[in-house]
Amino acid sequence: MYTTELGKVSPLQDGAQEDPERLAAFETRVAADEFVEPKDWMPQAYRRTLVRQISQHAHSEIVGMLPEGNWLTRAPSLQRKAILLAKIQDEGGHGLYLYCAAETLGTSREEMIDALHSGRAKYSTIFNYPTLNWADIGAIGWLVDGAAIMNQVPLQRTSYGPYARAMVRICKEESFHQRQGYDLLLALAKGTAAQKAMSQDALNRWWWPALMMFGPPDEDSPNSAQSIRWRIKRETNDQLRQKFVDATVPQAELLGLTIPDPDLNWNEQRGHYDFGAIEWDEFYAVVRGEGPTAKERITARRDAWANGAWVREAAAAFEAKRAARVAA
Amino acid sequence: MYDWPLWEVFIRARGGLDHRHAGSVHAPDAHMALRHARDTYTRRLEGVSIWVVRSSDIVASDPAQDYSMFEPAASKIYRHPTFYVLPEAVDHM
Repeated sequence: MYTTELGKVSPLQDGAQEDPERLAAFETRVAADEFVEPKDWMPQAYRRTLVRQISQHAHSEIVGMLPEGNWLTRAPSLQRKAILLAKIQDEGGHGLYLYCAAETLGTSREEMIDALHSGRAKYSTIFNYPTLNWADIGAIGWLVDGAAIMNQVPLQRTSYGPYARAMVRICKEESFHQRQGYDLLLALAKGTAAQKAMSQDALNRWWWPALMMFGPPDEDSPNSAQSIRWRIKRETNDQLRQKFVDATVPQAELLGLTIPDPDLNWNEQRGHYDFGAIEWDEFYAVVRGEGPTAKERITARRDAWANGAWVREAAAAFEAKRAARVAA
Repeated sequence: MYDWPLWEVFIRARGGLDHRHAGSVHAPDAHMALRHARDTYTRRLEGVSIWVVRSSDIVASDPAQDYSMFEPAASKIYRHPTFYVLPEAVDHM
């Protein structure tokens, strides 16, 4: 899961240094929906924007394992536990596909992991919210992964080949994530009053953060036009957000849950739902790492990395011993 | 800290098909690369066989030279069956 909006670089700042002829040829290729592959010439700003976007996407997948891992030992049945484990393993896999795609642009795994652990790299703000009850796991699958799918489906046709191919693989698996989340909430919705209340509470807390996943409104997203021209992004933030709201409202109705937005209304004329204003101050506070759980997340990542060091060292020592034996 | 070597992963989806590039993994040795490839790329029965090869052992053509690289084939349209216009009675040949 992720958003395309984190810490974008301005594509204008070093465009002037590019060879205008090559740049024009590149723009023509991309405009014709041709794919760019790792060894092809590409503008520096295109490369930097992609490294930033793909690595942040990868970090989001990796950090995304944490809020769910929190519930593994307390999943209410063996089946739910197995499903949650499989989903978390998928998130790890998605991170790996994406790190590999970013590495084809000339960055290293080491640099990216270091950027995440030192707090320099951003990841999706959505993971800086806590998972307080079991219904949150359902809400994450349904809303967070649902919003991610909206973002990611167009990226299967993104101009950079390795990124597009990683997205094809991810989208295939993401659908399971969304459906298992909805299935979980459906079970709670058919349950006791307390279970229904738990679902409503989860929806109340996750609805607005999910809408924020699409990034700032189009008028506050100055680099979007360039990203769309380069086919790094294929639809605007507001277009994707509207699509998500339109798809999700009937799903909430079927669950018997109420979306926490008094301004939500079907607009016959537009053929879309109107919805209330988003509190962007909260979004930017969370981006800056002021969310209630931001510190906890990075600490958990760092600890996992440090506690796994002996495994990495043992694997390297084993290979060194084997190589020495072959050499002898 | 340093990165383990990078390995390219090729997967045969089922018998009768070619191995196809799936992605890459980092691993200290070939056996770990196979295990990582299995966990990363075949969680849903995507394959019946995996190849891994060190990325640094792959030799690739240069996209900047692709015109001269592939030009010899571009000018030989007589290698295609459609080059030959035959009488209608035998054109399904």
